[in-house]
Amino acid sequence: MIALSDYLILSGILFCLAVAGIFLNRKNVIILLMCIELMLLAVNTNFIAFSHFLQDMTGQVFVFFILTVAAAEAAIGLAILVVLFRNRRTINVQDLDRLKG
Amino acid sequence: MPFDAANLLPILPEIVVAITASLVLMVDLYLKDKRKGVNHALAVIGLLVAIGFTGAVGGGAQELFFDGNVVRDAMSDLLKGAVLVISIFAFVYAQPWLKDRGLMVGEYYALGLFAVLGMLVMIDANSFLTLYLGLELLALCFYALVAFDRDSPTGSEAAMKYFVLGALGSGMLLYGISMIYGATGSIEFGVVAQAIAEQGTKDKVLIFGIAFLVIGIGFKFGAVPFHMWVPDVYEGAPTPVALFLSSAPKIAAFALAVRLLVDAMGGLQADWQGMLAILAVLSMGLGNLVAIAQTNIKRMMAYSAISHVGFIFLGLLAGSSQGYSAAMFYAIVYALTTAGAFGIMIILSRKGFDVEHLEDLRGLNDRDSWYAAMMAIMMFSAAGVPPTVGFMAKLLVLEAVVRVDMVWLALVAVFFSIIGAYYYLRVVKLMYFDRPTTDAPILTSGGVRAVMSVNGLTILFLGLFPAALLSLCQGAFA
Repeated sequence: MIALSDYLILSGILFCLAVAGIFLNRKNVIILLMCIELMLLAVNTNFIAFSHFLQDMTGQVFVFFILTVAAAEAAIGLAILVVLFRNRRTINVQDLDRLKG
Repeated sequence: MPFDAANLLPILPEIVVAITASLVLMVDLYLKDKRKGVNHALAVIGLLVAIGFTGAVGGGAQELFFDGNVVRDAMSDLLKGAVLVISIFAFVYAQPWLKDRGLMVGEYYALGLFAVLGMLVMIDANSFLTLYLGLELLALCFYALVAFDRDSPTGSEAAMKYFVLGALGSGMLLYGISMIYGATGSIEFGVVAQAIAEQGTKDKVLIFGIAFLVIGIGFKFGAVPFHMWVPDVYEGAPTPVALFLSSAPKIAAFALAVRLLVDAMGGLQADWQGMLAILAVLSMGLGNLVAIAQTNIKRMMAYSAISHVGFIFLGLLAGSSQGYSAAMFYAIVYALTTAGAFGIMIILSRKGFDVEHLEDLRGLNDRDSWYAAMMAIMMFSAAGVPPTVGFMAKLLVLEAVVRVDMVWLALVAVFFSIIGAYYYLRVVKLMYFDRPTTDAPILTSGGVRAVMSVNGLTILFLGLFPAALLSLCQGAFA
């Protein structure tokens, strides 16, 4: 029997991987988008695990909404990426330094 | 489950904004390039009607709708009204700028209106799901709006940074929400608060969840250390978008913080108070100090925004109804002030020239003394100089903090606002005591001038007679 804590640890690891990916990645913006998706999937794992162990459907419904929003988010992210590439001819994270922040 | 049509009544303002946005999308298809002004008129009329409905369905005690997912209370009435009014300002200021640059297209208005819809949904939310959907609707529209000037390399870079960090913030918030759902078994604020009251506050999962929640709120507000996106987005975004982004969403972010921290997590106040105190002190300190070093006025306004977020957090962390109403007053006043300041920047821009640097404001008094006076009012208000309303807002927040025996926080806040006064007053000095570098005429329509006058004089008027707005704010947390 897989316990609730196992799911939580898994999603915790996934979440940490995603956040680490966002902060450590210096190469490619597409990897950033993948990390964002991974982060949302970690959250989904959490919701489904809780939903199952609480015997409550709400968590699973929430997951459907997150999936939908994630799809819209990916679409906008890729659109911005296309615009960025058209203007700058690069999607290298290190080259995004025109604005100092 | 039967559907009760009475549910639709309190969300009439949202419905109107949604219909207007859809209408703009459709009408835009049939408009010739010369007649794109119709979109503008439609958007403003839609928002005015929404304000009317907000007043019509507002008032009275708190009510829940849609099985407890939506709430209508005194706070949502006032915040919705404020968001709608400031959105109208944002649209009116933006119009000449967009027209000059050939960006006067329906998409701007459709995206803007959907962003307003997202804000209204956030303000109305009574469950994590509603709140999340409103937040994402707002954020997705703004990602696109920041990249709106498609040929601008800085615009698309700013949009990319905003997108990645905004999505990171949403992810943090969601992770916190999932933890709280696990600990309490519900996503409805009232039920969550009840569960916390029953099972106590020692649950590790709950504490974990609230930490992520506060980080998410910090990202959305742009509080230090989650502020990296703010200066870049303000600088890179087209000025009208920066105006929009810096004003109304701050009110929505305030609603987000209150709904999450007070409505749902009120029982854990001892836990989030400390976290907010750290964020507030860091934001006020770093925001004010770094703003001094800026020569780009948009970046300066960004760091100023960061420091004002610190003040809003101060009111929230006081944890008393006095503190919440002070923070609400502050958020509304801040949004009005920043809308006006960015409005002046838009007015001074013309085709092929954008106000970017502080130098561009030199000698504004010689070029147009009325606009210079309005900008001076905005700057005095942001610095907290009486008799402008910024002074009242700061005073109320500090009073609330002192009342809960956190005098050291009030002292820190006063110290940093004195430092902050320097860079606001520098703008006033540039406008009144320096010679203009250009004598290009300032061409504005009468409408823009009227709205700017209303904006500036409101700030002055509210500073002299704050009682009306203040009693509304206090009524929201009575």
